[in-house]
Amino acid sequence: MAVLECKDLCKNYGRAAALDHVSFAVEPGHIVGLLGPNGSGKTTLIKLANGLLTPTSGEILVCDTAPGKATHAWVSYLPERTSIPTWMTTTQLLDFYQDFYADFRRDAAEEMLQHLNIQPRQRVKQMSKGTREKVQLIMVMSRAAKLYLLDEPIGGVDPATRDYILSTIIGNYNPEAAVVISTHLISDVEKVLDEVIFINQGRMVLQASVDQIREEKGMSVDELFREVFKC
Amino acid sequence: MKWQFSNDAPIYAQLIEQIKVGIVSGAFPPGERLPSVRDLATEAGVNPNTMQRALAELERDGLVYSQRTTGRFVTEDKTMIETAKRSLAERHVKTFLAAMLRLGFQREEIMTLLRQETGEEGEFHGGSGV
Repeated sequence: MAVLECKDLCKNYGRAAALDHVSFAVEPGHIVGLLGPNGSGKTTLIKLANGLLTPTSGEILVCDTAPGKATHAWVSYLPERTSIPTWMTTTQLLDFYQDFYADFRRDAAEEMLQHLNIQPRQRVKQMSKGTREKVQLIMVMSRAAKLYLLDEPIGGVDPATRDYILSTIIGNYNPEAAVVISTHLISDVEKVLDEVIFINQGRMVLQASVDQIREEKGMSVDELFREVFKC
Repeated sequence: MKWQFSNDAPIYAQLIEQIKVGIVSGAFPPGERLPSVRDLATEAGVNPNTMQRALAELERDGLVYSQRTTGRFVTEDKTMIETAKRSLAERHVKTFLAAMLRLGFQREEIMTLLRQETGEEGEFHGGSGV
């Protein structure tokens, strides 16, 4: 059973089509890159999968279920912008996640926070932007979810933080769950991905495995992206 | 181990090559247990399924074997490791020769340059090119 499936999915904002007849499936155990230029519909797709938006037509399903109360328990979502309450301390944040999500692995989160030397009494607002991103990612990856939706997890952070974020994603790999990472920083993520989905102006351009692209085209996904989306 | 990837080849193929180098060079000694797929993937910064695929292929080749409960080990067969070493070396030589030919060097010139670089110039200088 696919963890995430889109069937002829359309989303219009007024008369503008943000997603135009998109169909694909993401299987369990796969880490998938949702790649496209700015404004291609990546965030819209992720918000639809999360139930924050509703489709204009077509279907989006998480484990064969339309996004709603049930799927919120299975989906772990990292929004584009940091959304953790800044007045909380690390401990309060752990309590908060534990209260909200039955699948929260507190010990895993504590271990990762400790590894980064983040103090339990430190407040989110006292942290640097990079640290906040790391803390939020730790919270998101510490859930034993079926689907992780990461919207631009490595945008706007330094290369060392980027490496940390990517290795945290690999280290928390679960063969029964799927991870969808939206980004335009392709060269940084492509080694981490099983497959990629290219979208442009709301339309799906390609779905293929990273090594399939490298084998058939003799170029990296990053190079192919630059070719396909040449301005 | 330092992992490096180029853009022009599949990642699993590059992983196979680098693990082979690790085995040949002794970074992964004969008979030693390899780290888990997850740990190797994290260390190399690659997808765990891709790492799994590379290890499965090495296992098919016999350089690595797995024991049901305890994990994957490097082969103890020294001849096999020697063969792998030899084939890695041949590939490097071929790449080198192709690059030199592209630069317009003839076989004799290449040999002379090699001798110079390896400090054997004096010994062979003036010889009949053997």
